[in-house]
Amino acid sequence: MAELRPPIESGAPDPMPYMHPVMVKNYGKWSFHSHPKPGVLYHRAESGDEIWTVKAGTARQMDHYTIRELADIADQFADGFVRFTARSNIEYMVADGSKVEPLIKALNDKGYPIGGTANSVSMIAHTQGFLHCDIPGTDASGVVKALMDELYDDFVKCEMPNRVKLSTSCCEINCGGQADIAIIVQHTKPPKINHDLVANVCERPSVVARCPVAAIRPALVNGKPSLEVDEKKCICCGACFPPCPPMQINDPVHSKIAIWVGGKNSNARSKPTFHKLVASGLPNTAPRWPEVAEVVKKILATYKADGKPWERMNDWIERIGWPAFFEKTGLPFTKYHIDNWRGGRANLNASAHIRF
Amino acid sequence: MAKQMIDTPNLDELEKGPWPSFVTGLKRLAKDNDMMVDLMGQLETSYQTMKGYWKGGTVGVFGYGGGVIPRFTELKDENHKPLFPEAAEFHTLRIQPPAGMHYTSDLLRKMCDAWSETGGSGLIAFHGQSGDIMLQGCKTEDVQKAFDKFNDMGFDLGGAGPALRTSMSCVGSARCEMSCYDEAKALRTVINNNLDDMHRPSLPYKFKFKFSGCPNDCVNAIQRSDMATIGTWRDNIRVNEAQVQDYYKHHGMNDLVNDVISKCPTKAVTLVSSDKFKASATVSAANLGDGNTLCIDNKNCVRCMHCLNVIPGGLLPGNDKGVSILVGGKGVLKIGATMGTVVIPFMKLESDEDFEKLNELARNILDFFAENALEHERTGEMIERIGLTNFLEGMDIPVDPRMIKEPRSNPYFRSDDWDEQVEKWNEYKQSSAA
Repeated sequence: MAELRPPIESGAPDPMPYMHPVMVKNYGKWSFHSHPKPGVLYHRAESGDEIWTVKAGTARQMDHYTIRELADIADQFADGFVRFTARSNIEYMVADGSKVEPLIKALNDKGYPIGGTANSVSMIAHTQGFLHCDIPGTDASGVVKALMDELYDDFVKCEMPNRVKLSTSCCEINCGGQADIAIIVQHTKPPKINHDLVANVCERPSVVARCPVAAIRPALVNGKPSLEVDEKKCICCGACFPPCPPMQINDPVHSKIAIWVGGKNSNARSKPTFHKLVASGLPNTAPRWPEVAEVVKKILATYKADGKPWERMNDWIERIGWPAFFEKTGLPFTKYHIDNWRGGRANLNASAHIRF
Repeated sequence: MAKQMIDTPNLDELEKGPWPSFVTGLKRLAKDNDMMVDLMGQLETSYQTMKGYWKGGTVGVFGYGGGVIPRFTELKDENHKPLFPEAAEFHTLRIQPPAGMHYTSDLLRKMCDAWSETGGSGLIAFHGQSGDIMLQGCKTEDVQKAFDKFNDMGFDLGGAGPALRTSMSCVGSARCEMSCYDEAKALRTVINNNLDDMHRPSLPYKFKFKFSGCPNDCVNAIQRSDMATIGTWRDNIRVNEAQVQDYYKHHGMNDLVNDVISKCPTKAVTLVSSDKFKASATVSAANLGDGNTLCIDNKNCVRCMHCLNVIPGGLLPGNDKGVSILVGGKGVLKIGATMGTVVIPFMKLESDEDFEKLNELARNILDFFAENALEHERTGEMIERIGLTNFLEGMDIPVDPRMIKEPRSNPYFRSDDWDEQVEKWNEYKQSSAA
């Protein structure tokens, strides 16, 4: 083996060498933007310099041939500079507005959708799923691909009341994050424990400590040190599974999909909000998850028809009230929508404010 | 090479439809890459059984304790031999991107070359949820080689495990008129001065910094980071009257009333007859040219960004810019998701000394977290357990009513030293007035 050298601890690289020269020149000195058409942004600096941005959707998980193709398009039709957004869209910046249309055509010809700006449904923030996660209840890239096929028009047009951000997560840890609509695995059965393995694989006190409802306790099972779960207390969250893989939480039938709405990271108008449960019990049906798509599309169509300009999902629901949300979407309201976690009483209606 | 492709009827379904397909990408790689043939075999199996087959382990590079996500297959036959041996090891290297995720075409190609030449699968994710470039699919024996190559190109591993994590900043100053500070400089100052905590995981749990240039918070800092740095301003909203009039010309009175004025969360925007308008040091005003003047009461503006978003270029952040710092945002485990809450309502972030102050604050919060959090406890959970007051006292940060939504509504506190605390408040008021 060759001699090992210590790493160069260079940390986060300086972006300036990779940034479009017009953006470097006008760094911190921008004064205006507009949205000429879906997928295109226009920015003007105090100096009068202009830059156009064309935004395209990607699969996020990309083979190097695809990345080279995106790089070639940057050289042939743009100025050679790109950036990625937090939702894995690629942005091409050009200093000459006449390059916009040929660039859009080049991207469309290779199958990349142009959109994701302003009042569109942007690309779904997602996680690793079966491809790389050690605890996935479903896939990530596949769910996103299937859903974005269904939401393609909403990505390339900008016809929603305001922007719509989606996320998916393959377990309740919710790595996909808060979103206007979040699609998250919801387990419904306690973990199945392989007692032969627990003692050798799991640090039992830390597993006990992970449980949010103190349902796990050390036990001797078949003469071996193991763990047992009080199944009456268990909320099937799966928190014990990462530190203790023999406590299998994923189940092909009983791991369901839940849908949450109204998360908003921006401070615009209302303070940031967390998403709220609206549906659960949806089947985890690979490879195209049609039941999930149906509910998501129903929610989006209702929001599109009923939301007023600039209302994000949470603003819309805040205005019409939750009863109207369930009525208009036709989604069933159950006892599980009523928050009984700690602090949950703050989410009850402590008033006579009731719409009839 | 050219191992026989495995039938993947489920994955094939994901080649249909208009959105770019990752499966098509995987297949392109699998043509001359046995690791990807077997990876597709395992992935197809997962689609059939709806189960994952990866387990973690310990794989790293010389000198670091984290940054590689090890994955070993658990999909084995009765003799414990992997069913898909070429993908039995499929590790990810997390690489920190340039702040703001800017790339040249040349850099993208060099990354592709480096990844393919060092034994990597050729699969790259731009980017993971923490903001890493994820090089996905590497055997244990190739991990060091791949890292060395990227390290030579000026790139470093990101964070994993109980460690400081890779950070994100919005596009900000590079292309946005809402930007209130140099986001990339702030990110690189805070992260690159604390790399030891990233590369040698020894914190109670993960710690994330995120940097958004304005309260639109495009990188989701308040919800997703332990310490969120959000750009803001103290003085008046700047007005470009011509641009406001241009908005008004195109949209008219109905949109101005419904989309701007009535959506202001604190009713700080009003319409005044121009002949009755009186200029004030704290009011931003735009004459609409039709006898009406749009007025913004900056003393009551909470910097929510809404009116600036609706009239871009017409309404802009003020000149006295800086940042608000919120602490304690996190995801679900264990107590439920928590938002970051204000600990520094405003600090300037322009001079080198300002950035050094931000760096010191970050270091102090990291140190307090390292000392006081329990194992597997995030900053937000620690603050929930000990109370914000204890955190502030530990950090020597004075209390400020901008940190709360409302005062407590229960009498369960002991206040022997009330008078001393009043004295502290008076001193704080005097010092901030100075």
